[in-house]
Amino acid sequence: MEPLLALTIGVLVATSVYLMLARNVLRFIFGLILISNAANLTIFTAGRLTEGQPPLVPEGLDAPAVVVANALPQALVLTAIVIGFGLFAFALVLMFRAYSTLGTLYSEDMRLAEPREDRAS
Amino acid sequence: MISWYLATPLVLPFLTAVLAFLLRWGRAGRWISVAGNVALLGAAAILMARVLEDGVIAGQMGQWAAPFGITLAADLLSAVMVVITAITALAVSVYALADVPKRAEHLGYHALFNVLIGGVCGAFLTGDLFNLYVWFEVMLISSFGLLVLGGRPEQIDGGVKYVTLNLISTILFLSGVGLLYGMTGTLNMADLAVTVPQLENQGLVTLIAVMFMIAFGVKAAVFPLFFWLPAAYHTPFFSVSAVFAGLLTKVGVYSLMRMFTLVFTGDTGFTHEILLWVAALTMLTGVLGAAAQNDIRKILSFHIVSQIGYMIMGLALYTPLALAGAVFYLVHHIIVKANLFLVGGVAERIAGSTDLGRIGGLYKTAPLLAVLFLIPAFSLAGFPPLSGFWAKYVLVAAAIEIEGWAIAAVALVVGLLTIYSMTKIWAEAFWKPHPDGTDPTLASLSAHDRRSLIWPIASLAALTLVIGFFPEPFVTFAERAAGQLLDPTAYIEAVLGGPAT
Repeated sequence: MEPLLALTIGVLVATSVYLMLARNVLRFIFGLILISNAANLTIFTAGRLTEGQPPLVPEGLDAPAVVVANALPQALVLTAIVIGFGLFAFALVLMFRAYSTLGTLYSEDMRLAEPREDRAS
Repeated sequence: MISWYLATPLVLPFLTAVLAFLLRWGRAGRWISVAGNVALLGAAAILMARVLEDGVIAGQMGQWAAPFGITLAADLLSAVMVVITAITALAVSVYALADVPKRAEHLGYHALFNVLIGGVCGAFLTGDLFNLYVWFEVMLISSFGLLVLGGRPEQIDGGVKYVTLNLISTILFLSGVGLLYGMTGTLNMADLAVTVPQLENQGLVTLIAVMFMIAFGVKAAVFPLFFWLPAAYHTPFFSVSAVFAGLLTKVGVYSLMRMFTLVFTGDTGFTHEILLWVAALTMLTGVLGAAAQNDIRKILSFHIVSQIGYMIMGLALYTPLALAGAVFYLVHHIIVKANLFLVGGVAERIAGSTDLGRIGGLYKTAPLLAVLFLIPAFSLAGFPPLSGFWAKYVLVAAAIEIEGWAIAAVALVVGLLTIYSMTKIWAEAFWKPHPDGTDPTLASLSAHDRRSLIWPIASLAALTLVIGFFPEPFVTFAERAAGQLLDPTAYIEAVLGGPAT
């Protein structure tokens, strides 16, 4: 299972880096969303993978009898997904606003805050 | 009981934020923000007294014992950072009474501001790596809101760069946390300090250390990761600029100091060598970038970058004296930098712009403001006997002590170049006559506005003078804090309970 997930993460990172190198900020945001999923999968994979072993303690015992799934990384991933959802919702709205106020989605043309010397004069 | 000392500085800002949000339509909201920050300063002072008396203190949230639950811990560095955060927050919340327009207040400015302060305090006090990530996010989302509040095109433009680059750093941080957890099975910083040196594969640890270095480096705006900062910091309200300039990058520096003295100390020859190069290049690019700018806030933004280099230099040299210098520098810098942005805000209100080509004559109109500008400006440049002089003195002495001639020379040259930028602002904004031939007047400011603008500036300047004239207790304090950083046994014992193995 680990090699498969490792490959998936690799492909996700490669795709997102490709997207993030684009000058179109919308593509950049899509790349960012993909790479954040790659980060979530990294936590999930690094935290021990098991097959069909839910982290339940049998009745009468204090600890699970066999090796069960690790619940902590899943909790971390859930937290990260929720936070990421909020951040990306904000980022998308910001890009939309940028498109409507600045009239462009290309980062090269976003020079209002830092005007080029040669054009400012 | 101990837990409450640690939790109060976190609970107060969020409580203030909720109340300020509910009352945002009237005048009450802004005063709640001020009152909340007075209370925060009190809580921070109590925490500081406690830490001075007992040494490192730690509390387990929800009674889950470390390393399983979330730990809050405060050593001297954390405590002083919380105190300085409270001071800055109070000054800025008073300043905001006159600076932030009603429309922004109705949109929830005060709530966002206090959430930001809560996030900053949380990042300083947490003893858990994933919790640190969460506080970073709290800070990020509220800073996004503050940055674009008002919605001018420049703000949106700067916001795009700020948001995207900070999100990348966040994702790197998160991946680093995941990998470190995979190797050690713990996220508690004190527990990591025990576990990480016992790992077999130290090469991988160094790799993860570099991931953290990049993630925190983006937050701290070091070379070559600083480009989001000068792109964004000159666009929002002056209150927002000031609190960003004072606190946000310093959270990155604090996190670097924490992780690279507590957890990633296995291969200092490699990691701290990188940090030293980063420090030198950050100082130089920042100060040279500032020399090319012609707008008060842009000059000051580049100087944030250059000053960050000094703090990283203290961490990179990694001797007791150098770390003490870094701690001293952090404290001095937050006060001075926030103050300079506040002065810039008043200059804009009186003269109509921050573009040096379009303003002038401020000395004639507002001599008090001119003096209040000179104090932090010369302190930033390192004039004796102001606070910046002692900060630079300790760092350069630490560099010479271990014969780091090159870095000492860089630090001194950058100090000189800082004077160039500060005298440029002085000559252009304060000394030369106004280019329109008209003298700017104070009439545009009501008496109420004048009071709430000048008090924070004067208080922070007074604090700079106090540190400058009586540096000894502060240096002694910084040395004690550095001692705790270099020998984390007390920290580990306080968090995990019982002697460290």
